[in-house]
Amino acid sequence: MTDMPDTTLTSDHSHDEPSAGAYDDASGYYTLGEPIADTKAPAGDIADRWQTRKFEARLVNPANRRKLSIIIVGTGLAGGAAAATLGEAGYNVKSFCYQDSPRRAHSIAAQGGINAAKNYKEDGDSTHRLFYDTVKGGDYRSRESNVYRLAEVSTNIIDQCVAQGVPFAREYGGLLDNRSFGGVQVSRTFYARGQTGQQLLIGAYQAMERQVKLGTVTEYTRHEMLEVIVADGQARGIIARDMVTGAIETHLADVVVLASGGYGNVFYLSTNAMGSNVTAAWRAHRKGAYMANPCYTQIHPTCIPVSGDHQSKLTLMSESLRNDGRIWVPKKAEDCAKDPRDIPEEDRDYYLERIYPSFGNLVPRDIASRQAKNMCDEGRGVGPMVGDFRRGVYLDFKDAIARLGKDAIEEKYDNLLDMYERITGENPYEVPMRIYPAVHYVMGGLWVDYDLQSSIKGLFVTGEANFSDHGANRLGASALMQGLADGYFVLPHTIRDYLSDGPFEEIGEDHPAVTEARADVEARIEKFLSINGSRSVDSFHRELGHIMWEYCGMERTAEGLRKAIDMIRELKREFWSDLKVLGTADSLNQSLEKAGRVADFIELGELMCIDALNRRESCGGHFRGESQTEDGEALRHDDEFAYVAAWEWGGDAASNDMGTPILHKEDLVYTAIEMKQRSYK
Amino acid sequence: MNLTLKIWRQTDAVDKGKIHTYEVAGISQDMSFLEMLDVLNEQLNELGEEPIAFDSDCREGICGMCSLMINGEPHGPEVTTTCQLHMRSFNDGDTITIEPWRSGAFPVVKDLVVDRSAFDRIIQSGGYISANTGSAPEANSVPVPRDNAVRAFNVATCIGCGACVAACPNGSASLFLGAKITHLGELPQGQPERWSRVVDMTAQHDYEGFGGCTNIGECAAACPKEIPLDVISQLNRDLRTAMKHGH
Repeated sequence: MTDMPDTTLTSDHSHDEPSAGAYDDASGYYTLGEPIADTKAPAGDIADRWQTRKFEARLVNPANRRKLSIIIVGTGLAGGAAAATLGEAGYNVKSFCYQDSPRRAHSIAAQGGINAAKNYKEDGDSTHRLFYDTVKGGDYRSRESNVYRLAEVSTNIIDQCVAQGVPFAREYGGLLDNRSFGGVQVSRTFYARGQTGQQLLIGAYQAMERQVKLGTVTEYTRHEMLEVIVADGQARGIIARDMVTGAIETHLADVVVLASGGYGNVFYLSTNAMGSNVTAAWRAHRKGAYMANPCYTQIHPTCIPVSGDHQSKLTLMSESLRNDGRIWVPKKAEDCAKDPRDIPEEDRDYYLERIYPSFGNLVPRDIASRQAKNMCDEGRGVGPMVGDFRRGVYLDFKDAIARLGKDAIEEKYDNLLDMYERITGENPYEVPMRIYPAVHYVMGGLWVDYDLQSSIKGLFVTGEANFSDHGANRLGASALMQGLADGYFVLPHTIRDYLSDGPFEEIGEDHPAVTEARADVEARIEKFLSINGSRSVDSFHRELGHIMWEYCGMERTAEGLRKAIDMIRELKREFWSDLKVLGTADSLNQSLEKAGRVADFIELGELMCIDALNRRESCGGHFRGESQTEDGEALRHDDEFAYVAAWEWGGDAASNDMGTPILHKEDLVYTAIEMKQRSYK
Repeated sequence: MNLTLKIWRQTDAVDKGKIHTYEVAGISQDMSFLEMLDVLNEQLNELGEEPIAFDSDCREGICGMCSLMINGEPHGPEVTTTCQLHMRSFNDGDTITIEPWRSGAFPVVKDLVVDRSAFDRIIQSGGYISANTGSAPEANSVPVPRDNAVRAFNVATCIGCGACVAACPNGSASLFLGAKITHLGELPQGQPERWSRVVDMTAQHDYEGFGGCTNIGECAAACPKEIPLDVISQLNRDLRTAMKHGH
């Protein structure tokens, strides 16, 4: 994405379009709170900030570490790496995951690779370039200090993973191989075939299991965090449910870390795992942690399309396929039901090549996704009818096979093409593949400062669960980098500054904050089981997903978002009066688990719509129909929206009333980089 | 298509459990096997019968959570995970028997869900390279011959699902164990702990109640990631060498 012709947004450019300042779309849906700012990043040159912060962060003597306890929720790259590292340092760590083993966290499904500014190819890469690409890729909506640090520690990650035995791809000389990714001009992506996430996660998992054996880490599998305990203004523990016995457990500690991943499943269909959920983050939000930019969602262009109403999940096909595949739809709507092989060349519309001649099929994810949607909305989608129209476009390897031979394509993409055939029953060497965008990642998450501490003292948030590094759009191969950066190299330094004030005064299980949190959890479970209505949890989840996808998906408008908010509020009323959950609370009960997650997704969905409604600009993955250029491209309004929208819970913590959320703005200040408008034509 | 499902139901670890028979209709061949079970569960919920508990998470064949015995075969008739098995592998009118993994070392938690924490404990006993965060040398300071790197990767693709154990007449986890021994043993970084690792992990494997390997090969045939049987030869060779060296 770096070779785009940049045009600096000049002041009179904004005069061409109505300035967003003329509107307050979300008026009535929110209250404006005090502005906030990150106070932890040191001032000075961006290249020195992390070194300064590490030096200034107070130390904890090794003998004192064993008197300090840390709860970490989630065992993906961010949580697993942190558990291992903090265990090695000598703290007492309690690690929680809902899966039956920490090794199954959804980081495992990442395919493509992990970026690092090693510059092994001597092709001009550097910490600064990785920083620059990431800020720009995020459409200038991330916090520059955090991103610079991410780029800075990226090289340490590769060293660490290699030492753990992660089998990265290598060249014949035995040195590490790299590939290019996501349109950047340097080769900085380290990979392990199409299973990089799996190999990195197993590395972190093994390091963590070593600490379990050594006694520094205790793992709680099949446990779900249902509430955070905030006592006297500090996060001091969690309430968790043992998913096998149903026991409600209190776990207390000096500090709590949420590494609980993203909330893409608010859309019901996504590439996330079935169990991925927002509950840990949302319960913290309800207790005072701000939720930042919740509407920033990454919709990945190359996924296998929905085949019918039964669909439970979507599967990603690596974006590397766009290197050789050509994307098209029929020019005429009446051809859409035909066998694509019978549609002659002149009747095909290679629309990305047509609209973006200089980038063609390799435009960034947000643009490729939106254009696929436009084609289908025009009635030129292909594949089976799902609902009332066809949702798919062709990704065709015919020309690449003719040019390079079938063997070459097989060697490059075989496992992906196999997976495609397994899921669809169609042979992609003979019939063009069908793809469609799907929700893949969320850039939004809990607000954190430079230390990764949320607005609740003692509650730290890492990985996809926080918001800080990717702005409005994440570049490929950067999620793994961020998870491991946070877990191995950032949190262990920043958390010690907080812990150097500990151990904190012991609180007992009879502390009012504990008993209240427990009572809330128990009452909620009791409520789910006693509504005894007529609809399953899944039916509510599916309906929520339809609303979110339709109105808060690839294109958002004020009108649609307001409609969605009304629909979600109605759905919420129905959920709490007509839900049907069978079984009991004192055993494994998957419907009960889902009920809690869907209840939280419904509230999150409403906040996402309010956030999207407020942000009357288009940036990265957030496209507002009202804010586009004459050519239909995304148009930012830096004069109005160069801020992080950090939302404070405005409702009553104990009830289902969301109240009116309070918006705190954190201005984004760029000292090391100039804001520009992206262009790919 | 219409199907008859014979499904193992067991309320908890101590319940005796038995097969229940259900009918499902209108199943599309594009559904995955687990989506077919989702349809059944919606039906049961409607009828007031508690849905069937089964494990699944990523539903794209990589997390290793799904674990069904389908007509007596782990993950069913294709070489893939249960979640990637699609209904086009079955015919209208089929009767399908669905059971949890069968192994004493994987006790049933409920219905089709089993406890595989024994695998975590095997890893804890030595399935790692001791390299504290921050202590690593520059990544390219230790070249790894490409062939070793490729073999290490191929066996490191194990997803820890336990199909090998479920397939083995002796309930052995030797394929799982051999895969980890081979992965770490192929790499220069894995050499310092190579001999203690194989001894400790094998001891834990036996302690957990997994059986010994008698070279039947059902494990490799059932493995959705096609981990080759030769990792067990590697395991035996490393174990013999380690013992010879007094570990």
